Amino acid sequence: MSHVLAVVEQRDGALRKVSHEVVTGARRLADALGGEVHALIVAAAPVTGAEALAGFGADRVVTATGDGFARYAPEGMAAIIAERARDGGYRAVVCAATATGKDLAPRVAAKLDVSLAADVTDVGMDGAAVVVTRPVYAGKANLRLSVTAAPAVVSLRPNVFTPVERPRAGTAETIAVSTAAGRVTVREVKAAAAGTLDVAEAPIVVSGGRGLKEPENFKLLEELAAAFGGQAAVGASRAVVDAGWRAHGDQVGQTGKTVSPNLYFAVGVSGAIQHLAGMRTSKVIVAINKDKDAPIFKVADYGIVGDLFEVVPRLTEEIRRVRG
Amino acid sequence: MKIAVCIKRVPDSETRVKVANDGRSLDEAGVKFILNPYDEFAVEEALRRKEAAGAGEVAVIAVGTAASQETIRTALAMGADRGVLLQADAVPADGLAVARALAAELQDGGYDLILCGKMAIDDQSYQVGPMLAERLGLPCVTAVTTLSLEGGKGVAEREIEGGVEVVEFPLPAVVTADKGLNEPRYPALKGIMAAKKKPLAVKPFDGGTVGVAVTGMGLPAERQEGRIVGEGAAAVPELVRLLREEAKVL
Amino acid sequence: MAPRFQGIDFYDGDSLLSEEERAVRDTVRDWVEDELMPVIAEHYLEGKFPRELVPRMAELGFFGANLPEEYGCAGLNNVAYGLIMQELERGDSGVRSFASVQGALVMYPIYAFGSEEQKKRYLPALASGELIGCFGLTEPDYGSNPGGMITVARETADGWVLNGAKMWITNGSTAQLAIVWAKTGPIEDVSSIRGFIVPTDAKGFTAKDQKGKLSLRASDTSELVLEDVHVGKDALLPRSGGIKSPLMCLTQARYGIAWGAIGAAMACYDEAVSYAKNRVMFGKPIGAFQIQQVRLAEMLTEITKAQLLCLQLGRLKDRGTVTPQQVSLAKRNNVDMATECAREARRLLGANGILAEYQAMRHLANLESVYTYEGTHDVHSLILGQEITGLSAFG
Repeated sequence: MSHVLAVVEQRDGALRKVSHEVVTGARRLADALGGEVHALIVAAAPVTGAEALAGFGADRVVTATGDGFARYAPEGMAAIIAERARDGGYRAVVCAATATGKDLAPRVAAKLDVSLAADVTDVGMDGAAVVVTRPVYAGKANLRLSVTAAPAVVSLRPNVFTPVERPRAGTAETIAVSTAAGRVTVREVKAAAAGTLDVAEAPIVVSGGRGLKEPENFKLLEELAAAFGGQAAVGASRAVVDAGWRAHGDQVGQTGKTVSPNLYFAVGVSGAIQHLAGMRTSKVIVAINKDKDAPIFKVADYGIVGDLFEVVPRLTEEIRRVRG
Repeated sequence: MKIAVCIKRVPDSETRVKVANDGRSLDEAGVKFILNPYDEFAVEEALRRKEAAGAGEVAVIAVGTAASQETIRTALAMGADRGVLLQADAVPADGLAVARALAAELQDGGYDLILCGKMAIDDQSYQVGPMLAERLGLPCVTAVTTLSLEGGKGVAEREIEGGVEVVEFPLPAVVTADKGLNEPRYPALKGIMAAKKKPLAVKPFDGGTVGVAVTGMGLPAERQEGRIVGEGAAAVPELVRLLREEAKVL
Repeated sequence: MAPRFQGIDFYDGDSLLSEEERAVRDTVRDWVEDELMPVIAEHYLEGKFPRELVPRMAELGFFGANLPEEYGCAGLNNVAYGLIMQELERGDSGVRSFASVQGALVMYPIYAFGSEEQKKRYLPALASGELIGCFGLTEPDYGSNPGGMITVARETADGWVLNGAKMWITNGSTAQLAIVWAKTGPIEDVSSIRGFIVPTDAKGFTAKDQKGKLSLRASDTSELVLEDVHVGKDALLPRSGGIKSPLMCLTQARYGIAWGAIGAAMACYDEAVSYAKNRVMFGKPIGAFQIQQVRLAEMLTEITKAQLLCLQLGRLKDRGTVTPQQVSLAKRNNVDMATECAREARRLLGANGILAEYQAMRHLANLESVYTYEGTHDVHSLILGQEITGLSAFG
């Protein structure tokens, strides 16, 4: 068989945007295999946004609905996905290496008794084998792997696979499943403040470090992020997270999150190796630092040497102006 | 409370990565090895659980080369009671093979809790914990930042994009630790001396069929050093122009 | 944020260390990095010993770590003990001095000269940091010549009465107990020197901090005055006798100092290397200039030699064959070498080198004290001179 199963995520009844990347990655494999992409959603009811998947190359979109799946239910969802992967005889199963995907993919792979190539930044076919590239050693090296097991289970690093429009006719179906949600249940999701994006997913990240001097001064970065109209998230260096100024979830770096936004602002961040490990794959990096010798300037595409307390408000103003 | 902790020996996070002559692995010359930091959180959590319960056992299990004995003794020096090394010539790149071997070692151990780090900082695979749970048929929660256990039930919090999931699960279970779960202790000097006398069993590793092959390792392209647009707030309009017209990201 | 300190190991000295020795070193290194480095500059500027760190240091086993486990100590060998001193002094000489005094000058004499009852009573409490001690040997007029001391102890029906003054006493004002050395016989009788455990709250005992120090600012240094201080019979260290006893303590402390100085030198070298690679002048990193490369090459050479020197010294001490003269050689060489490294590092750092934000000048200022205490550099030259020629150049 040469079809690819794209496992896509929903939250609160809406498809998550990272799903477009998953379908794009799956499409790439299916094209090389001459097969189809079948997207699979597990939810309590049909989700909004599913119809868009055909536009990115899904030949079929299957929504498996069951009572227990309004929220993430790892055991039940893994069982459904593994069963469909096995019954459908897929060559590959592709999902996103999000918080959910990192939890779900290994369970699916283990149920199928196959290997998992996690958090990959490139995927393709080399002859009969699925080949991937994945960052190791905190992004200091890339490992190339050939996945011999079938199906090849692969999770894609978010923000790396730029969605490509590949319209297909696309059929959609909803099937009711009776699979139990399982023993592990999400009792509650404590949402971060409304409208805030996660640093790992935001297309623009504004990160601050020790140079901010005091936790209250992160307000400057929040204002700059807000100027991008819901496109930007505020990140932080390990130093300020360890000092308790920002939540651990905001930390970018080796012991925090790895981000690959289109635009990354490092404000008052010196650029310790462990911070660079978390953001060096950003597409464009801007550094603002008073110390012209700060290592961050070595990786930045654009730098401003100066007092961030003057530069950032001006930048916020300018961004507001150009965005109208 | 009987707890097992799965640990791994990994290169220190400050390691300068050089590719070995085989073109597929890390050149280990001059590299310092440490207990994987996420596994440190797991060991610490196990010790705290045992201390709170006032009784029990913390066993640490590693898959690795003979040198991993030293890493096991680090965990013993922190306070774990005994160690098991499933000795291999090299840790396979296939997390499933590691999970199979760990499961075979742990399945009849009667553990109330099995802890792992959420990932190892070398291969960053995020998979051995949940795969181990599947093999053992146990519930699993990954990347946990807070954990409470009471009366055969656990409640954990894990960070997801834009929020925190509060997850309930029955015990026994496999839990993988994220940063924030606790602050690991240093091995005290007396602990280091005591570790030498604690039991450490060495057994052969058997992970079954390996489903992935490493074909190469390379260094990422160096980022080109960019340019200093200017100094101070006066440089802002030029920066914004470059972001729009040259980088095209606005 | 600077990367974590990785040590300096040009000759793969790690392969000469046992697993426990490396593990001990790593625990102390991590503690210094995480808990001492963030606060040391501030304490130094304020002239304050970071006393709040004592409980953690005790919990991790840093005090008297080479004494046996039965007295609540870690029971390490002398190489591991030396590595503790090295790592502590990588942070600050003042903090290493605290540990040296507590371990080598307070716990060691109680261990070596005390009764079993004294050992059981004091050693576990000193190891756990519950008690802090100081060592009173040096006097205002008797530094390099401690045998000339004029502090006296007179025996009474129920104990002893001590009179005298001691100077340059590390931990003097924070200690709960002082090991005081005094003459029990005529003032010219050096063989009558005995050691006493004196509680610092005894009537007639006063400790006053010495102000205006420009070195070891993160360490308490005090003057002790004993005016008719009455102590019981059990205050005497029964097996102490003659000037040899306090000198044995000094050999212990000097051994630790020889290791400690390496730590200070490594800190300065590490800082200098990182600065040389990052600081740009005339369009290139200053590390690309020959003069800075010579500086760095000298530092690395001297540090490497000092490391090998200390390692062998430690092995001799563990074998039980080490001589005080061998310890003198290492103290003399290593402190001098560290002082030079600190000075060169400070110069390499240019104007930044005078700031407390960097370490070099703090270490340099500290090392000037270390150069002078526990036998000055010159006194150690004379000890070696006497060893070589058989002729005493003292007095």
